[in-house]
Amino acid sequence: ARSQNVFGKGLLSLLAADRLDESSWEEIEDILITADVGVTSAAQIVENLRTKVKVLGTRTPDDVRELLRAELLAQIGTDRDRTVHTEQHAGGPAVVLIVGVNGTGKTTTAGKLARVLVGDGRSVVLGAADTFRAAAADQLETWGSRVGAPVVRRDEGADPASVAFEAVARGMDDRADTVIVDTAGRLHTKTGLMDELGKVKRVVEKKSSVDDVLLVLDATTGQNGLRQARVFAEAVDVSGIVLTKLDGTAKGGIVVQVQRELGVPVKLVGLGEGPDDLAPFDPEGFVDALLENVE
Amino acid sequence: MFETLSDRLTSVFTSLRGKGRLSEEDIDTTAREIRLALLEADVALPVVRAFIARIKERAQGAEVSKALNPAQQVIKIVNDELIDILGGETRELRFAKNPPTVIMLAGLQGSGKTTLAGKLGRWLAAERNTPLLVAADLQRPNAVTQLQVVGERAEVPVFAPEPGNGVGDPVEVARASVEQAEHNNHNVVIIDTAGRLGVDSEMMQQAADIRDAVTPDEILFVVDAMIGQDAVNTAQSFLDGVGYDAVALTKLDGDARGGAALSIRHITGRPIMFASTGEKLDDFTLFHPDRMASRILDMGDVLTLIDKA
Ligand SMILES: Nc1nc2c(ncn2[C@@H]2O[C@H](COP(=O)(O)OP(=O)(O)OP(=O)(O)O)[C@@H](O)[C@H]2O)c(=O)[nH]1
Ligand SMILES: Nc1nc2c(ncn2[C@@H]2O[C@H](COP(=O)(O)OP(=O)(O)OP(=O)(O)O)[C@@H](O)[C@H]2O)c(=O)[nH]1
Ligand SMILES: [Mg+2]
Ligand SMILES: [Mg+2]
Repeated sequence: ARSQNVFGKGLLSLLAADRLDESSWEEIEDILITADVGVTSAAQIVENLRTKVKVLGTRTPDDVRELLRAELLAQIGTDRDRTVHTEQHAGGPAVVLIVGVNGTGKTTTAGKLARVLVGDGRSVVLGAADTFRAAAADQLETWGSRVGAPVVRRDEGADPASVAFEAVARGMDDRADTVIVDTAGRLHTKTGLMDELGKVKRVVEKKSSVDDVLLVLDATTGQNGLRQARVFAEAVDVSGIVLTKLDGTAKGGIVVQVQRELGVPVKLVGLGEGPDDLAPFDPEGFVDALLENVE
Repeated sequence: MFETLSDRLTSVFTSLRGKGRLSEEDIDTTAREIRLALLEADVALPVVRAFIARIKERAQGAEVSKALNPAQQVIKIVNDELIDILGGETRELRFAKNPPTVIMLAGLQGSGKTTLAGKLGRWLAAERNTPLLVAADLQRPNAVTQLQVVGERAEVPVFAPEPGNGVGDPVEVARASVEQAEHNNHNVVIIDTAGRLGVDSEMMQQAADIRDAVTPDEILFVVDAMIGQDAVNTAQSFLDGVGYDAVALTKLDGDARGGAALSIRHITGRPIMFASTGEKLDDFTLFHPDRMASRILDMGDVLTLIDKA
């Protein structure tokens, strides 16, 4: 049913032409570029598509449309494990670390994720390991009281690694299911701050395994998102992406490159500022949105 | 591989120095490289198209100079054109004839508005002004607390009559802040507003209502330098929804090229006034079009060469 409105008018009218000429291919490439897929990636996707069309001898717009969709889905991968590891295990509560550059939606995501888990009848401890930004711990505390999860916090300027450690210790004492550690926003170019993040993870690992490291990427981010992902992956071995602010007009196409290059799956998407605006990543829905409303 | 545009262009022209005009083919090849570089820098596609057309036009007429090789020459044209668009007339902050001067900040969620409010406050206070920060984001959890802490750090007073977290009317707070400023001799009022999306018509209306309640002397559109192709939609929807006089570009301390600067300037005509370059209060400068031009195209060293030639 969805494939009916998969593609916007722009692409439809373009593919309705009985022959695909050079400018049709260019236009498909432009659609991808406009979604932040990246110019090199876009060119490559179109190249693959052209080859397939040639080999298969396909000509109808419907066929090409499906091939493009399939090509994008293949790049994103439909068979990946996208579960967030929040289940308590022998070692104690699952520990989820939330990381990313400034202002992407880490604290909000921590709150929303806690909400989902608590709603599922599980117990969650939130750790306010952002001890730097003004009122960051207060913000997380508001989320904690909204969703019913205790928050472990220390004074501004406290060592983030020890706050994270304490949060995990608290989670163990409480026999909680999940500990979610919120960290300060930091640009990937700041080596001191990236080292600090590495330390947060190492210190937590003295107490427990870290079961998921979620990198929060803002869907409005352009090509810089790939650099962010590379450096964060290097520093703390990112195991999943949360793509936030997909409720706006931005498509978040950068994750196509991120997934292909780093193999880290997008696990969750943020669809608003409210507690229930978090959803599992749906590759098909994402690809459909990527390709709609052109023109 | 060639990393920068300057490297790539230098490889396009190998032995052209001083040979009259650039050929049509040279220009096309060059245009392709520039297009690629601009898109990699996140300049919006429609803006790239318009920009390339303009560069081609200028390159066609240009004599190949004796001093510069063709690659350098094209880069000089591109650079001049970029600075031209990014700069234009430089604009200073406009102060009201009758104080207080009202500055309103608007932008997407997380773009850096609250932080910028503190920076502006501190900067203005250092220039012997008596600013007042206004907590008109009553939505985001603890946005009010955040501004209070920022104000404390900046040693600038904060007007926060409402607790926020969903309680209070931002339009009323904004209106009351101007009266407060009049009574307490604050000559500048800086209104921090909630982050909002261009497509959120209700929130956009709220921004327009705040604007109408206080008739700001300056509305600043605060935008993250890491933004990608969506910069055009967002810049346009804020222009339509609330309007703005100038732009503040944030998080320039990272390695994003910041092509949005070109896109927004090109599409809205609004000047970029401030650059935010870190989380600390002093990480703040006036915008420099020349630095931004070489950042977008990553061509710092070529410019040094050109300067020497
Ligand atoms: N529209 C929308 N807004 C979001 C979403 N996620 C977060 N936000 C908003 O984005 C802004 C930043 O969110 P935070 O959770 O504070 O971001 P952060 O990454 O913790 O920021 P720092 O800790 O300062 O680096 C807030 O205004 C949030 O309400 C989303 O999915 N959609
Ligand atoms: N590195 C860096 N971080 C910045 C800069 N400006 C702001 N930030 C950080 O970006 C994050 C978001 O900044 P805020 O000032 O809270 O952004 P906002 O626009 O008020 O966010 P909302 O009110 O949630 O819409 C915080 O972590 C800030 O410390 C900057 O120029 N460079
Ligand atoms: Mg945060
Ligand atoms: Mg704010």
